[in-house]
Amino acid sequence: MNEITRPQALQPKDFASDQEVRWCPGCGDYAILKGVQRALADIGTPPEQVVFVSGIGCAARFPYYLSTYGFHTIHGRAPPVATGIKLANPELDVWVVTGDGDALSIGGNHLLHVLRRNVDLQILLFNNEIYGLTKGQYSPTSRTGTRSPSTPTGSVDNPVNPCVFALGAAARFVARTIDTAQKLMPDVLRRAHAHKGASFVEILQNCIVYNDGVFDGVTDKAVAADAQIHVQNGKPLRFGKKLEKGLRLKPGTLTLEVVQVGEGGVAEGGILAHDETNRVLASLLATMQPPDFPEAIGVIYCSPADSYETLMVQQVEAAKAQRPNAKLSALLRGGHVWEVQ
Amino acid sequence: MVVRFAGDSGDGVQVTGGQFTSATALAGNDFATFPDFPAEIRAPAGTTFGVSAFQINFGSTAIDTAGDQPDALVALNPAALRVNIQDLPTGGLLIIDTGEFNERNLRKAGYQANPLEDGALQQYRVVPIDISRLTLEAVKAFGLSQKDGLRCKNFWTLGLVSWIYDRDRAPTVAWLKSRFAKRPELAEGNIAALNAGHAFGETMEADDFTGYTVPKAEIAPGLYRSVTGAEALSWGLVAGAQLAGLKVVFSSYPITPASSLLHILAGLKHFDVTTLQAEDEIAACCAAIGASYAGALGITSSSGPGVALKTEALGLAISTELPLVLVNSQRAGPSTGMPTKTEQSDLYQAIYGRNADSPLAVVAARSPADCFDVAIEAVRLATRYMTPVILLSDGYIGNSAEPWLIPDFDKLPPMPVAFHTERAGFHPFLRNPVTRARVWAKPGTPGLEHRIGGIEKDYDSGNISYDAANHQRMTDARAEKIQRIADDIPPQTVSNGAPSGDLAIVGWGSTYGPINRAVHNLRHAGLNVSHIHIRHLWPLPRNLGPLLQGYRRVLVPEMNKGQLRTVLRAEYLVAAEGLNKVTGQPFKIREIEAAARKMLGA
Ligand code: SF4
Repeated sequence: MNEITRPQALQPKDFASDQEVRWCPGCGDYAILKGVQRALADIGTPPEQVVFVSGIGCAARFPYYLSTYGFHTIHGRAPPVATGIKLANPELDVWVVTGDGDALSIGGNHLLHVLRRNVDLQILLFNNEIYGLTKGQYSPTSRTGTRSPSTPTGSVDNPVNPCVFALGAAARFVARTIDTAQKLMPDVLRRAHAHKGASFVEILQNCIVYNDGVFDGVTDKAVAADAQIHVQNGKPLRFGKKLEKGLRLKPGTLTLEVVQVGEGGVAEGGILAHDETNRVLASLLATMQPPDFPEAIGVIYCSPADSYETLMVQQVEAAKAQRPNAKLSALLRGGHVWEVQ
Repeated sequence: MVVRFAGDSGDGVQVTGGQFTSATALAGNDFATFPDFPAEIRAPAGTTFGVSAFQINFGSTAIDTAGDQPDALVALNPAALRVNIQDLPTGGLLIIDTGEFNERNLRKAGYQANPLEDGALQQYRVVPIDISRLTLEAVKAFGLSQKDGLRCKNFWTLGLVSWIYDRDRAPTVAWLKSRFAKRPELAEGNIAALNAGHAFGETMEADDFTGYTVPKAEIAPGLYRSVTGAEALSWGLVAGAQLAGLKVVFSSYPITPASSLLHILAGLKHFDVTTLQAEDEIAACCAAIGASYAGALGITSSSGPGVALKTEALGLAISTELPLVLVNSQRAGPSTGMPTKTEQSDLYQAIYGRNADSPLAVVAARSPADCFDVAIEAVRLATRYMTPVILLSDGYIGNSAEPWLIPDFDKLPPMPVAFHTERAGFHPFLRNPVTRARVWAKPGTPGLEHRIGGIEKDYDSGNISYDAANHQRMTDARAEKIQRIADDIPPQTVSNGAPSGDLAIVGWGSTYGPINRAVHNLRHAGLNVSHIHIRHLWPLPRNLGPLLQGYRRVLVPEMNKGQLRTVLRAEYLVAAEGLNKVTGQPFKIREIEAAARKMLGA
């Protein structure tokens, strides 16, 4: 991405559009909008170089509230639209905003392929574990047993874990954050932006109308310290109010366990350090859920590789360099030709 | 002169046909070809559904079709004979590889008795030759296995047919040398087979079986080449993009018979072509839309069932008014239908097949060479009117070849795109007063940051609008824009015949060839018949309605159940009648002639 410095630093308000924001009062999307505007100001790409692409759903309204370029497309299809934008103009800074139904139900196939192709995009998945816009049906991330208008006696199918899906789809950057985490979210988004390739960020988002409090077990102040672990590359995986707990590999297995650190527990050196380039560790961390484990928050995995559009541009440029003066008229006259007098 | 090669799909029949076509081009004849191959990639050898055929019509007068029926049939096994023999007229030349007519192959082809022995082939000029044995003898010196040796059979046959029709073998020899550069023994073996077949013709004493020489055709002077529809279409898209000053992003998903476009364009990177093999048809269309949004020329391609999947995305391109070219290489349907068989039954889908009032432009190619011009026209309309354009081709056009008077690309008129950059008074749905197209403002342009999407937009600001009167206005604006294209396309002409009369035969797409030939013959016989061929199917040319009123009757031959006929009736209240078939095969000239004569009582 082109980092262009302007004489005057951009402010979050420079990324606000003139449109009235129309989510339900109290919706987690407001906080995400604020966090994204903060991150955009910090990143400093001029608004005309930034494109937000969305599908359908509450989250998909996002582009209308930013002063950048925006394309509100169709249900589930933002990833291929964004891929086309990057192929046409790789210089643009392209973000995809999607939800759990948009990305993992109707658009599941596209999410899989955009991640494995490693197109240079920031993909923000607002996970509220419900269909908001269509009035509250259960979604592919809803927990088993979720009662909704379409599952009045409880859903029976297993939910998908977005970060685990992303890792399975060979994503090279996977992170998780929370709508209300106003300090952490801009950091995570900056990291996502700095990673050249498909950057996947799950944002736990509270839908106050149809699924209020579904993440209380993770985000409630009373439990947060024990229910979240903020992972940082190279740092020991510790959590709890006084960082009194830690994660280590259960001896003789390939599973994690929560242990007490220090007196009467495991020595500090026995706690695993986070290695964000380790895909196996990332999978173990992404899978963790309360109450038995804390939910991993922060950059879970980051292991960059060439992005799709970079390699495509290279191929096109190499072909052009090989035949610098390629003329279409010569192509048309190639092969067997004959003159009729 | 019409020659059909038929054999097992493993016999290399398509290669033989292609080489014979090249040699025919060099001999200065006009020609048209029709490859007909099985849907199964590796159908069991020797079965009737594994039969592959290639027909070429060549001669010294203008050739419009691959020919109704062959004058000569080469049958390389019993199954090929069984599938093709009913097309050979009495007295036709029939070359048979007797080496394959053993009991096992006869049974596989469904013959109770050997047709070579039971008199079933009496009415033909049969030339039974043990091609298999003669080929193996010819290639003996090159140390090929029995299997590789028998694979040279097609070139032995080509050698013989080259002798009969006086075709030059040199280009085939050159082709074999480059094709098998890494395995010279195969090149040598095949060349030996080719020469042996030729020598066999020279030395054979058969009254029935003398060589022919077809004189050069009377065709317009200039530089020619042989071109398939897929090639001409690909090059036309690139040409259109260059004339518009745009980079191409072609995004597609493999489907028969459309994939060849993706293959050809993937090899044209040096012309600033980026190709994406998307994860599905929907993604392919969406990526092309994204590319257009960002200022490139987005193109997608498929065949009917794939186009159905792209439909929702087409609606997005219509609503956001972005340029897009969608090529539909039609095939027999519905559903999977017959993927390798040709049909033109997606006209309704192209014109009407979307939810809501969703107009777009539709153009159709009539022949392989015509694809080049139609592709440029599709790019012109898409960029000038900020609209998706559906370009209809079909499996027959895509796969067959014809001679092409190579256009002088450098003399084609440029049609540059002007991206909007003016900040004053900007909103994304500002319209051109003439075309009614909205401005194309691409991301990256300072000061023009805006948001668009599939939600209805306000006519005057481009912001989201659920206002009822505004929706009426925007729906009318979208329709009006497409209708204005009719002012910007050539008036409908009459391809052959008078602008009024007893009968107009109206066609579109690949029926051009047979209709044109049929009208030629009918007029020769003194009948007052005209041929009208429609390239712009939506919107239709402004003068088409009045033109049709000038004929007593109107006949619309189509490879569908009457789709253009319905459109013409709906648009002009004209009593158009249909001649319809969906056999997976192109029309025969005489079928059209017979229908016309019946209508005229002649
Ligand atoms: S329905 Fe839920 S997710 Fe949608 S805007 Fe309202 S609170 Fe937010």
